[in-house]
Amino acid sequence: MTGTVAAPSTEQTAEQTGGRTSAPAHRVEGREKVTGRAHYAYEYPVDEVAYAWAVCADVPHGRVRHVDVDAAMGLPGVLAVLWHGNAPRMASTGDAMQDQLQSDRVHFRGEVVAVVVATTAEQAREVAGLVRVDYATEPHRSVLTEDDPSLYRPEQLNAGIPTTSEMGDPDAAFERSEVRVDEVYRTPGLHNNAMEPHATTAVWTDDRVTLWDSNQGSTPVRDAVCQVFELPRDRVRVVSTHVGGGFGSKGTPRPQVVLAVLAARHVGRPVRMALTRQQMFALVGYRTPTIQRVRLGADRTGRLQVIDHRAVVQTATHQEFAEQVGVATRVMYAARHRRTDHHVAVLDVPIPSWMRAPGECPGMYALESAMDELAVRLGMDPVELRIRNEPATDPERGTPFSSRNLVACLRRGADLVGWADRDPRPRSRREGEWWIGTGVASSTYPAYASPASASATAHPDGGYTVRVNATDIGTGARTALLVLAAEALGAARDRVRILIGDSDLPEAGVAGGSMGTASWGWAVTKVCAALRAELEDRFPDGPAEDLTVQASTEEDLQDRADVTRQAFGAQFATVRVSDVTGEIRLDRMVGVFAAGRIVNPVTARSQFLGGMTMGVGMALLEEGVMDAAFGDYANHDLATYHVPVNADIRDIHVEWIDEHDEQVNPMGTKGIGEIGIVGAAAAVANAVHHATGIRVRSLPVHLEDVASWAR
Amino acid sequence: MPPSPSPRSGSGGPPASTVELVVNGRSRTVRLDNRTSLLDALREELRLTGSKKGCDHGQCGACTVLLDGRRVNSCLVLAVAASGRPVTTVEGLAAGDRLHPVQQAFLDRDAYQCGYCTPGQICSAVGVLAEAAAGWPSAVTPPGRDGADGSVAGLDAAEVRERMSGNICRCGAYANIVPAVLDAAAATAGAGADGSDGGAVGARS
Ligand code: FES
Ligand code: FES
Repeated sequence: MTGTVAAPSTEQTAEQTGGRTSAPAHRVEGREKVTGRAHYAYEYPVDEVAYAWAVCADVPHGRVRHVDVDAAMGLPGVLAVLWHGNAPRMASTGDAMQDQLQSDRVHFRGEVVAVVVATTAEQAREVAGLVRVDYATEPHRSVLTEDDPSLYRPEQLNAGIPTTSEMGDPDAAFERSEVRVDEVYRTPGLHNNAMEPHATTAVWTDDRVTLWDSNQGSTPVRDAVCQVFELPRDRVRVVSTHVGGGFGSKGTPRPQVVLAVLAARHVGRPVRMALTRQQMFALVGYRTPTIQRVRLGADRTGRLQVIDHRAVVQTATHQEFAEQVGVATRVMYAARHRRTDHHVAVLDVPIPSWMRAPGECPGMYALESAMDELAVRLGMDPVELRIRNEPATDPERGTPFSSRNLVACLRRGADLVGWADRDPRPRSRREGEWWIGTGVASSTYPAYASPASASATAHPDGGYTVRVNATDIGTGARTALLVLAAEALGAARDRVRILIGDSDLPEAGVAGGSMGTASWGWAVTKVCAALRAELEDRFPDGPAEDLTVQASTEEDLQDRADVTRQAFGAQFATVRVSDVTGEIRLDRMVGVFAAGRIVNPVTARSQFLGGMTMGVGMALLEEGVMDAAFGDYANHDLATYHVPVNADIRDIHVEWIDEHDEQVNPMGTKGIGEIGIVGAAAAVANAVHHATGIRVRSLPVHLEDVASWAR
Repeated sequence: MPPSPSPRSGSGGPPASTVELVVNGRSRTVRLDNRTSLLDALREELRLTGSKKGCDHGQCGACTVLLDGRRVNSCLVLAVAASGRPVTTVEGLAAGDRLHPVQQAFLDRDAYQCGYCTPGQICSAVGVLAEAAAGWPSAVTPPGRDGADGSVAGLDAAEVRERMSGNICRCGAYANIVPAVLDAAAATAGAGADGSDGGAVGARS
């Protein structure tokens, strides 16, 4: 129930692995997952359960005047219909996603305006469709443009990142530059679409509530429930043993958390609530569309003089989320004159939020596309152009990099794809009806860490139990932590049990910002080393009873050296484009990453593959289409919002550079969950240009952008 | 057994039927709301939650099970329509502790991450092996090879990618799913495509 899993049977110990590169480990929860025994949030066996179904606004802006509760309550099996007119007032966390049924305002189409609770899911769903909601509608604006009247410069960006940065005189330097690129790149709204819809099972027993919830961190979910329902921490428990993906969308509690707890309290029964796939497009966040103007100026040798990257993004009217689109541009390349800037439009749209590599992902699409354009204008190899502009230190902060191996990644990738033999001229290679091209882009993502606590227990039988409230959303965190724990304890992996995914465990941060293994692993390594020392000191023959030690990394994270900690990578794409139909096929993707120590090669490879695969979707398939008239992402399901399927992905090859970095954390790890998506779309779009000679500056690349019949 | 409906009036509740669910070799007779999908009957009524709900609209494949030995999206099948017909779910594939070759291959190849699409992928792959063994062509099967060959050996990476494209994996494990399915094909070649009681398409009746 708390993530108890058997360790894989292997006799390999940390000593035998030689310290730096661990022996590969298969997922500790793998058997449960392939046999269907792994329970996700909606699936915990609970008796007498009732089902809650959201009624969502079908106007984009206005007020709820009335909900016809009486008519619905007369239908069989209906236990409650809650809306702001009859729901209790609750405390606010400051996050609008937790302010459920608290006001008559409709801020975006798809916002929850009522909840039906019934004895069966079938009845709850049908009645939710029958409930009559009377709206007073107001005019709306939902389409992002670069000259929107509401544009403003936010005080700061997501995660507290500064809105602007400027060095030198970018405007004058651009005018002076011998070779210039000045282009606008666009990305559409993108939807996380984790396979497991957001779901909560809520059970009240006396004055305590237990939630089985699908999230990227059960501590913030617990804290939000405590705040909203004004409960002390020890009366709320959130269990998240298995989570079916998140990609940022489960980083904070989504509406079903508060609604399930509220509904369960109201009807006096356990309640299950899952968002539907369609509802997810409005209720769990998404990546804002972006409009990005990039200006690059270089001398004839390809040395960048100026980098100017300005982004326009959108947010909702009632809550700001300002994506840090230009953030990667601040660390990528050397140039004396530079600027990054952000403007936000306030629209009647769902609240944008985190989606895999917020900031880096859309920003690097634009920057790395512009770098490719610059290489073409210089008549220079795009790999060499990047190497030529490699900075000695962080180009904006001036700090040293704790490690930076972008050049090694570019060189290795170039070798792997036979880049040296590439004819740089666009439209130079043809096989039958197909134009073939290759493209390159760099990747980067910061190596963050957040404080975490953990405990480790030595049992008299020689086994160990390690506890940390980590969350495994598919990353392989549980397995990586087991590898690190066994290593620090000097124990065989099958002697160690690792417990995660429960807010009653020692507190730790969310699975986000690619910092899970660094943050949780740091605490696990620390507590296991402390336990080992204690055992060697006091109980060389093993403890007579359970011996537990605790540790936190709170202090370790203060006063760290002022260096820039960042992972890098290089991605190479080969595409073919049909001259007849315009069909674009990805033949091959190669990614080479420098991300510190790779704790578990098996699951790390899957993380890179997954990020790159989602990046291919961004390049060629994924597009949230905003309907101006309805104020709605019109294609809000998996039939019309296309994510990659198996046939879209052919050959993907992943490698990593052996990178040693003592300054990131004691394990030497950098995050790997997000970097795979960063740069992938640019590599593909650059390959499309190389294949066809057509530069598409708006994602996804459509076949009508490149098809001869459409030109 | 055909479902036996109850009259619309009289009971006060929504129309319901008595349905015989034959799942993983076990038969159970239950009373179900007529609107209940096979997926919800499995998950809520039988508490077999291995089959997942990713979309409830036949768009993702997470709910894939074998019905009469053939893969279906169980969210698109009404439970009453499945009455009396054999269903195999992911819970019914292993023989005790011995995993089905497809399950084993998914473990060995790390052909998953979060695991939410995985039961559907695995059931789908079991169906693919049976379909290929029965000589069913796919959209990428070259002309002339369609249906005539009849061997699992006819599966290659392109065939697997095509045949598995009804199962979305947002974690992006496709590059591992393809070799896993090919491993399983090799492991089951000659021994019949399907190690479970689900039966092979075409061969069954
Ligand atoms: S849940 Fe049935 S296809 Fe998605
Ligand atoms: S493993 Fe997560 S969706 Fe496939």
